[in-house]
Amino acid sequence: MGWLTALLSGLLFGIGLMLSGMANPAKVLGFLDIAGRWDPSLAFVMAGAIAIGAIAFAFATRLKKSLLGWPMWIPSSSSVTLRLVLGSAAFGVGWGLAGFCPGPALVVLGAGFPKAWGFVAAMLAGMAVFELIERAKQSRQHA
Amino acid sequence: MSIDIVSFTPGLSLAGGVVIGVAAAVLVLFNGRIAGISGILGSMLGSPQTDAGWRLAFLAGLVGAPVLAVLLGHPIAPDIQAGWSEMLVAGFLVGIGTRYASGCTSGHGVCGISRGSVRSVVATATFMASGILTVFVHRHLLGG
Repeated sequence: MGWLTALLSGLLFGIGLMLSGMANPAKVLGFLDIAGRWDPSLAFVMAGAIAIGAIAFAFATRLKKSLLGWPMWIPSSSSVTLRLVLGSAAFGVGWGLAGFCPGPALVVLGAGFPKAWGFVAAMLAGMAVFELIERAKQSRQHA
Repeated sequence: MSIDIVSFTPGLSLAGGVVIGVAAAVLVLFNGRIAGISGILGSMLGSPQTDAGWRLAFLAGLVGAPVLAVLLGHPIAPDIQAGWSEMLVAGFLVGIGTRYASGCTSGHGVCGISRGSVRSVVATATFMASGILTVFVHRHLLGG
């Protein structure tokens, strides 16, 4: 059952991104371009998503197990770290250059646009570099 | 600043946002997981996964959504302005940046803010500011 609800969630997420216009990088860049002709749409997407999300998470944080009996994996850390800020800053530069963040990039990849394939390939490379650096750090700590 | 009324889609964007919120609700309530796309994808590259099944199913839904749109007669028509080299640099920065930040627009921006996480508010404010600054430099200072 777990795969079915995960598939449904991914499908709904993709539909939401397409419906909201966020699968169009030009529209995302229109939001980020506050000095040009500003398109506030992205703020409305966030508002709609957070309104539903706030209700869902208020309920979810009280659950000991998920409705399917799975363990709950809700982050508990509250410390603002340098890697959180620098990582977010680097992400923002890429987001502002392409107009893609991970979700919309995967949706446009699914629609078959070559530049989205290129973006996702480069994104996977970036994620792989992170894994390699983290693994090297860990093995040095264990040595 | 002037508002781009031609592009602005408050109703559709709000509705799409609600659907995204429902997607995040389904995943956390049934699977007990955060709908954070960079984490769902990126952690599959790490140590051997015992829970790759739900991750692959979620990603299949996300990538399959535009295929469903085509079947229903509503293909998407994204306007991709960045060139190839910008695309590759941007993809790399998004990949490594979101992993160091432990999240992206979905995990921090939607799920994290929904549960009132301070880390997520800081992350979202940072990547928005950085994105706005990047577009400003790129479009208005360099004229790209």
